[in-house]
Amino acid sequence: MSVFTAIDEDRELDEEDFTPGIEPQATWCPGCGDFGVLKALKGAMVELGRDPDETLLVTGIGCSGKLSSYFESYGFHSIHGRSLPVARAAKLANPGLEVVAAGGDGDGYGIGGNHFVHTARENHDMTYVVFNNEIFGLTKGQTSPTSPKGHKSKTQPHGSAKDPIRPLSLSLTGGASYIARTAAVNPNQAQEILVEAIEHDGFSHVDFLTQCPTWNKDAKQYVPYVDIQKNEEYEFDITDRREAGEAMYEAESALYDGTVLTGRFYHDETRPSYHEEKQSVGELPEQPLAEQYFDPDREWERSLELVENHT
Amino acid sequence: MTAQELVWRIAGGSGDGIDSTSQNFAKALLRSGLDVFTHRHYPSRIRGGHTYVEVRARPEPVRSRGDGYNFLLVLGDSFARNKREGTIYGDERVKPLTENLDELREGGVVVYDTGMLDEELVAATDLEERAEANDWHVYPVDLQAIAREHGRDVMRNTAGVGVTAALIEKDLDHFERLLEERMSGDVLEANRAVLRDAYEQAEAFEFGHDLRVPSGDHEEEQALLSGSHAIAYGALDEGCRFISGYPMTPWTEVFTLLSKHLPERGGIAEQVEDEIAAVAAAIGASHAGAKAMSGSSGGGFALMSEALGLAEITETPLVLVESMRAGPSTGMPTKPEQSDLDLVLYTSQGDSNRVVFAPSNTREAYEQTRDAFELAYEYHLPALVIYDQKLSGELRNVPVSFFDQEPSPGLPNTLTEDALDAEPTDGRFHRYRHEDEEASTGVSRRSIPGQRGGHYLASGNEHHPTGHLSEDPENRVAQVDRRAAKLDAIRERVDGGPASHQTYFGPETAEYGIVTWGSQQGTVREAVARLNEEGHSVRGVGVSDLAPFPVTEMTEFLESVESALVVEMSESAQFRGLVQRELGAYGDRLDSLLKYNGDPFEPREIAEAFRASVEDHEFDSSTTTFVPATSD
Repeated sequence: MSVFTAIDEDRELDEEDFTPGIEPQATWCPGCGDFGVLKALKGAMVELGRDPDETLLVTGIGCSGKLSSYFESYGFHSIHGRSLPVARAAKLANPGLEVVAAGGDGDGYGIGGNHFVHTARENHDMTYVVFNNEIFGLTKGQTSPTSPKGHKSKTQPHGSAKDPIRPLSLSLTGGASYIARTAAVNPNQAQEILVEAIEHDGFSHVDFLTQCPTWNKDAKQYVPYVDIQKNEEYEFDITDRREAGEAMYEAESALYDGTVLTGRFYHDETRPSYHEEKQSVGELPEQPLAEQYFDPDREWERSLELVENHT
Repeated sequence: MTAQELVWRIAGGSGDGIDSTSQNFAKALLRSGLDVFTHRHYPSRIRGGHTYVEVRARPEPVRSRGDGYNFLLVLGDSFARNKREGTIYGDERVKPLTENLDELREGGVVVYDTGMLDEELVAATDLEERAEANDWHVYPVDLQAIAREHGRDVMRNTAGVGVTAALIEKDLDHFERLLEERMSGDVLEANRAVLRDAYEQAEAFEFGHDLRVPSGDHEEEQALLSGSHAIAYGALDEGCRFISGYPMTPWTEVFTLLSKHLPERGGIAEQVEDEIAAVAAAIGASHAGAKAMSGSSGGGFALMSEALGLAEITETPLVLVESMRAGPSTGMPTKPEQSDLDLVLYTSQGDSNRVVFAPSNTREAYEQTRDAFELAYEYHLPALVIYDQKLSGELRNVPVSFFDQEPSPGLPNTLTEDALDAEPTDGRFHRYRHEDEEASTGVSRRSIPGQRGGHYLASGNEHHPTGHLSEDPENRVAQVDRRAAKLDAIRERVDGGPASHQTYFGPETAEYGIVTWGSQQGTVREAVARLNEEGHSVRGVGVSDLAPFPVTEMTEFLESVESALVVEMSESAQFRGLVQRELGAYGDRLDSLLKYNGDPFEPREIAEAFRASVEDHEFDSSTTTFVPATSD
């Protein structure tokens, strides 16, 4: 018997299918931007017709990590900063899964920064949503890698001496093939971008600006947004690395001056995903790993055949 | 030297082909009917430095490196290879000779390459006096010239083997056949010519002593494998199809073997950015329904600590291997030690449960890796195999028939979609349910992402049966107790049960005991045999079940003897600490023998410490430490 039967394509899905109905919702604060990510993700899944049973959402730790608690699907709530290696291996083991990973700016760009760069480099076919509110929320308001220079917090009471990280540029340098920034206060754009990101065949990175009304009251998320695609002033070719890089540089510099630029920054549909690359060198099986164990016709080679080389 | 055994040491610099030459030599002896065992000693560098491999061969089973050696082949020295000014210091060039003489037995043989070791330099050493005092037989041969004449300088090792074969009176058949298997064309012809020429030159030597080695005969076909091979093959036969890792000596040996063989068998191997990613990836793949493993050595394993607990609380099956080397920190990367024991047993936060096996030899490495997979996937918890640099690299012969075992590719306690339909449910799959009859073994069956009707949240936070986060006190206690119950169920299988991994040797009614674990077992076993022959009454036990610990078995053992010597390669007596922690007593019966200089024990060291332990507590050694018993 097969482990996985095909999805019922005709099944009508709505946001309720992605909503766990078992608990009073959310430890997120009233007004938290994370609600915006949750809503956009549910909307994107419904729009794409994905089923909770074919979706694996892997999260890290922190307010962002709770996403998997409020989103109904297969979920893996891992440890701080490590959602990406868990997610990409699950995708390798079963390429039929729709794999989405989520983390926060501390989780994704701080403790998990190494995994971020390498997952982008390898261009794993998955989507990575980073909740960026420029602060550590769940640990009560410490400076994060995206906090502005000079930001004062309990751990940097004299003001941060560090320049904030540039997640879009870092992602581009790393090798991600789809890069966008959106914001919780812009729900329509957020859903459109998540749909594109999930559909994209390669590593999609979405830097999702989320306001933190409790710990980061003066964050830039409250100022109006400029949609970079809808503004002639910012015209550039999103398939061109150099032009995309310049647009990102501008957006990342402007953010801390109060100009918030969102939208798609880079989209390379020509770069093969890691699955394709790995398959092309003969290192990825045709049959998902889990299927193999349930396949009665499968012939399991024995190590005895290798032992012959040792005689 | 018509002794009961040959212990052949080939010495030179890293990069001289010491390793491959010794492997072939060992295989040739194996094919001539002897049992063989190799011991590797090498520095943490790519070229140069002092490196040697010992090949011990005899007609009877051989389980340890033995004491010293009786044939030394000095190939040369790669210090001398780089002729640039300043790269040769003093008499560096004779180091491979002088540094290898201390352990050479009385009546032993030395062959050295005069092409590499200047006669004047050798004359300036005390070789001649020592040779006379110890009745050594010294044969200077220009191996380099032989190699150069028929091929290239690097074939000095082939020349050395040719000389050895002549001196120990082995015909060249097995050696030539091995060359044919490994090479072809001009390279083969050149090596063959070098081998024959060296053999003929040495045959012409005049010697008045007998250098024959004993002959043997195997009843069935033998294979020569290391502990790393056995672990990799055990994993393959259990249906392991995913490995993730980051290179680190000596774990790399298992990692590279499976990186080669897994993709050829429909599996996946991933070299990732660090050990944290490695363990996380293995967890991700296992969660998605693959049989997965990862592993590392000392420092790399330390990085895996947090995710080990993640596997435990999410009940994701996971197999990790830890190949110990001397620490702390980077320590001595290519030297064995057993001082990561506490790290492996206790690392990770909280009350976390894991199974830990410590195989002692090639067979056990294969069997216990299979058992680790079996338990990890049956009970949905992490199972670890801990071994060390010694076992990971040493070659030993095992009958081929031992590996004629059926693969075991299933995923136990995993529901099919039909079975998921039949699950008692409130519309959600209760992955972590704790209120039914299955709770006796602690196992709750799982689904695999992608299966219809099986979705749930696997969380590193404490969770409800559905997987959703919960800090409810009653649920917390039920979940912790259920996870802990798995270890109790496993304990029943291993501690005195059908799956016990302990090995006992020596008479059951012995007066004294020796306790050891892991790779030192073979050496202890040899020492125990020797002590009993001497008239002592001693029984040994090699412990492989470290968690759950065999409390019943060890209590019985320690109550049956007057006192016991605990032998381990660590300074802080970690294994003895484990025994006392688990048994809560017997401290006043346990003496410790500790070694942590980078070399594994020799049987004579254990025998000597045993005598000190039971007789007068007087002990004098520069490389081992004897720690008398203390009361509980």
